[in-house]
Amino acid sequence: MLDGLLDAKRWEITMAEMPALWEGFAFTLQVVVAGLLISLVLGTILGVFSTTRSRVLRLISRIYVEFFQNTPLPVQVFFYYMAGPRVLQMITGAESPVRLSAFAIGALGVGLYHAAYISEVIRTGIESVPRGQMEAALSQGFTRVQSYIYIILPQTFKVILPPLCNQALNLVKNTSVLALIAGGDLMYNADNFVSTYGYLQGYIMACVLYFIICFPLAILVQWLERRSKRRPRAKNIPGITPAPEPAKEA
Amino acid sequence: MEIFTPANVSFIMAGFLKTIEISILAIIFSVILGTVLALVKQYCVGKLSPFKWLVSAYIELFRCTPNLLWILFIYFTVKGSDIFISVLAFTIFTSAVMAEIIRGGLNSIPKSQFEAAKSQGFGFFASMRLIILPQTFKTIIPALFSQCTTVIKDSSYLAGINVMEFMFSAKVVMGYTSDLSQVLLLYGFVFLLYFVLNFGISLIVRAYQRRVVAA
Repeated sequence: MLDGLLDAKRWEITMAEMPALWEGFAFTLQVVVAGLLISLVLGTILGVFSTTRSRVLRLISRIYVEFFQNTPLPVQVFFYYMAGPRVLQMITGAESPVRLSAFAIGALGVGLYHAAYISEVIRTGIESVPRGQMEAALSQGFTRVQSYIYIILPQTFKVILPPLCNQALNLVKNTSVLALIAGGDLMYNADNFVSTYGYLQGYIMACVLYFIICFPLAILVQWLERRSKRRPRAKNIPGITPAPEPAKEA
Repeated sequence: MEIFTPANVSFIMAGFLKTIEISILAIIFSVILGTVLALVKQYCVGKLSPFKWLVSAYIELFRCTPNLLWILFIYFTVKGSDIFISVLAFTIFTSAVMAEIIRGGLNSIPKSQFEAAKSQGFGFFASMRLIILPQTFKTIIPALFSQCTTVIKDSSYLAGINVMEFMFSAKVVMGYTSDLSQVLLLYGFVFLLYFVLNFGISLIVRAYQRRVVAA
């Protein structure tokens, strides 16, 4: 089936059909943005829950994380798609099954799934900064807000940013799950093209388009990982650290 | 209509076994291929560096594109049995991830191990096989197992090409009923089995990590 890969005519037809792929591309991007928002908000809440003293909150966070990390995303999405409308009908008492748009299923699907992973990232970030750091900062005359801005958060971000971006990368890839439920995303439109024309070119273009979104993210992850391994240097913070000494003349 | 008839249950369980079979084969092959890729990316320098670039491109390509794309791609281009197509698609995709995990492990081995091996007269392949790789695999066991979980979970993407794995066979059975409570029961069953399998693996990894930390 790899023959016809260099067939100019096939490429011509593929290029003519590109608007459908771009449409899927735009839809995938929308799902990514919404999914990221959901997963960041929910993941942060759950991550903070898991570091509180409350046993109930910790348990809620634990159960959520274990369930979503240990069951497949496609199964979750099939569930929202097949059972969701009728379950919602039962809950809301509506007359007919509540229709869920592909966008809602996609954003909720990847959002809820990655919230579990992001919650773990946030938890490790919070736990990585020892309590003594805050006490030390306060004892040095930082206010609480200043301690967070200059001492605590920079250390937390250093730990959480690389895995967070990695999750964003995985989230983009996982939006392809929508193709399984005819979601109109990039993967689905590409698959549609391939099954209509029988040309492999559709998959190749989908590959290129996914790569366009994901490769910059992968580079970002690598850069953040390298940066987080660097030793911190003394910084000059106006009004807080003493003015730097004038460089000595050689 | 009661959906958990003996025939339906054994049909779904056959799917579950297929999921496990595909996952185990895919993991074995991707560890092997991943090791080769990792060694090439790590040690092909000088005249051999084109191989290194090739492998880097391979890894980046698969890291930046969805698993489902490669399942569909292989399904479209390769003819063969369900198992063959599934294992092939997962191997080419997962080996890229495995390569990065193994490379991380290689980087964690102290340089002195390489020097010691060399000074004792071990050649490159002998020192890899006997000294470096055994230590590497020991350090990456947690990451390796969590990737196994990912493969098991992602194998449900195969429902997209109608492979009779766990999810798809459950879906087929669901087609026989429109009773919501039956559908929910069936989903509960599917979620439960995936959960037990993956959670079991993660418990084993956690126990192993505790033992390593304690030792």
